[in-house]
Amino acid sequence: MSTPPAGDTSIAPKIEQASLAERLGNWAPLLLVPALAIVGLVAIANPATWITLTAAGLAMGMMIFLMASGLTLVFGLMDVINFGHGAFIAIGAFVGFTVLGYLSGWTDAASVWLNLAALFPAILVAMLVAGGAGYVFERLVVKPVYGQHLKQILVTMGGLIIVQQLILVFWGPDAIHLSRPQTLRGSVVIGEAAIEKYRLVAVVIGLAVFVCMRLALNRTKVGLLVRAGVENGEMVEALGYRIQRLFLAVFIVGSALAGLGGVMWGLYQETITAHMGSEIMVLVFIVVIIGGLGSVEGCFIGALLVGLLSNYVAFLSPKVALVSTIALMVVVLMWRPQGLYPVVKAK
Amino acid sequence: MLANLLSGDTPRSRVLTIVLLVIFVSLLLAPFLFPGTRSLETAARICIFVVLVASYDLLLGYTGIVSFAHTMFFGIGAYGAAIALNHLGASFGSILVGAIAGSLVAAGLAFLIGLFSLRVKAIFFAMVTLAVASAFLVLVSQLSGLTGGEDGLNYKIPRELTPAFKLLDDRLFGVRVDGKLLAYYFVFFVSLALFLLMLRFVNSPFGRVLQAVRENAFRAEAIGYRVVTYRTLATVLSAMIAALAGVLLAVWLRYTGPATTLSLEIMVDILLMVVIGGMGTMYGAVIGATIFILAQTYLHELMAVASDATAPIPLLSALLSPDRWLLWLGLLFVLSVYFFPAGIVGRLRGAESQSAK
Repeated sequence: MSTPPAGDTSIAPKIEQASLAERLGNWAPLLLVPALAIVGLVAIANPATWITLTAAGLAMGMMIFLMASGLTLVFGLMDVINFGHGAFIAIGAFVGFTVLGYLSGWTDAASVWLNLAALFPAILVAMLVAGGAGYVFERLVVKPVYGQHLKQILVTMGGLIIVQQLILVFWGPDAIHLSRPQTLRGSVVIGEAAIEKYRLVAVVIGLAVFVCMRLALNRTKVGLLVRAGVENGEMVEALGYRIQRLFLAVFIVGSALAGLGGVMWGLYQETITAHMGSEIMVLVFIVVIIGGLGSVEGCFIGALLVGLLSNYVAFLSPKVALVSTIALMVVVLMWRPQGLYPVVKAK
Repeated sequence: MLANLLSGDTPRSRVLTIVLLVIFVSLLLAPFLFPGTRSLETAARICIFVVLVASYDLLLGYTGIVSFAHTMFFGIGAYGAAIALNHLGASFGSILVGAIAGSLVAAGLAFLIGLFSLRVKAIFFAMVTLAVASAFLVLVSQLSGLTGGEDGLNYKIPRELTPAFKLLDDRLFGVRVDGKLLAYYFVFFVSLALFLLMLRFVNSPFGRVLQAVRENAFRAEAIGYRVVTYRTLATVLSAMIAALAGVLLAVWLRYTGPATTLSLEIMVDILLMVVIGGMGTMYGAVIGATIFILAQTYLHELMAVASDATAPIPLLSALLSPDRWLLWLGLLFVLSVYFFPAGIVGRLRGAESQSAK
């Protein structure tokens, strides 16, 4: 047997160096957030206002990220877009409201720690209930329609209607005022910029969840399986893992995160209605589309972009606030038709 | 002659034929059979929604496209007519101008959306249209100078279509022959014409291609049909017809506002009507719209009775309260997607062909 002549590399793997442009292209979406912030600074031309708006935008983005991350993972993993995802957001908000109502002694106290301590069980219970609802929803509504997009959309939409009506049954038809804990009202003044305290809390919680998610996805075995499943579900299945079970777990976690986002969003808006789920879903979908279906990083960037842009635009010209996020979506899709960090190839 | 009018697409089920005939005759003679404003209001709503739902079925049932922007086109038509009537005065000319302008705008917008997003998968398109539609809703409520904002527009319609206009001095079968009656028949016959037109579309070679696209886009492409072109055409066509349905609503109600034309609730209603009636059958739109609107109007009362009867049982009576009728319809919706994917019409037709064997 003769050895192949040197220089023939047809068998040896060939690793091509990505060109500079390609590598820059991969990083480009990351630069969008600071770029948008700078554009905002130029357009607003008042640093104090800009700081206030940026904090507000980041807080809003973090909350949208909480609500959207579960949705995008579920899509990536099982190719199911859950139009009923908004239901879990609403469930979270209403359960959180009920729990905070029981803890009114803590929320009305003037101590920061007692206030945060009240927030904790509210979030925990909301996440548990939303996760439980997610479990029931997956078993009853989503499971029978795997692989049929049309039916998925219709059925999850139907599920959303049912959950919204059930919320009306349990909590009544009126919009409910959800007041923030005592010490989280008002704002901190840094220099000339006033930042609402609650927004700082939202940013911290959002960042913490993002970091935890990154760690869980990148450093644990389950995370590895989820990422692999998003990339190629059949292959993971063939290796002997039960992707259905994995999916169910992700669905429950995603619903729980939506519940967390719901509590946060409810406290941010200070009013909750049974229809809040379907209203916020629009923003969530825009974020998921911008980020690229199935990608957590893209979702994070998309959420921050949407949060920042809508706050800047709401300040500059209030009339076009929501339209601006649509414009953002169109621009992103023209640049990258599959979203910023597409994980799932369009089928 | 009749088969020609129906484009050869007969109901193909005896029960269905009877039900459709009953609906048709009831709507045709509604002012005489069910005198009273409320029932006439209901009948006109049914006519308009039959057209709207059928035009949505053109997308959902025949082409397999899930769009959440259908109310946007409906609203464009309604606002087109409303703005024209508002600015050009109450004449048939302004209705015509509004209708043409509205349907052209709807067609253009549908074309743009199609161009941008029909290449991608169904789920993606659904999300994009949902986002676009809600942006449009916000835009309409913000541009209050043109659209009246949240309050909407009140305007006059041609005098011939108002109750003040008397056609005959005497009553006909105890019914006053006035402009309201004319307005109803205007709505009814335009709806009928639009419905027959759609029946013609779906039974033409064009309609067959749409169904081929729905069944298997890849194969349709392989045979040589340009799938994106056909999908875009279907979107444009259904958008134009939805806009015309909007014109009818605007003329009938003499009021156009975001809540009556654009809200997500109406979109959900349309979805429910299509699926419960039966996707991919124009007659499903008739059945679905009729059942839904009758339920919306009259189920309340029935449920109020049920709720009162169960008053001692706390949760059950809350579940049965008249405001919760959508809960039951939602449940019916989910169940019908699972168990009767072809809806009532498909079920009836299926039963017929089974017994024929």
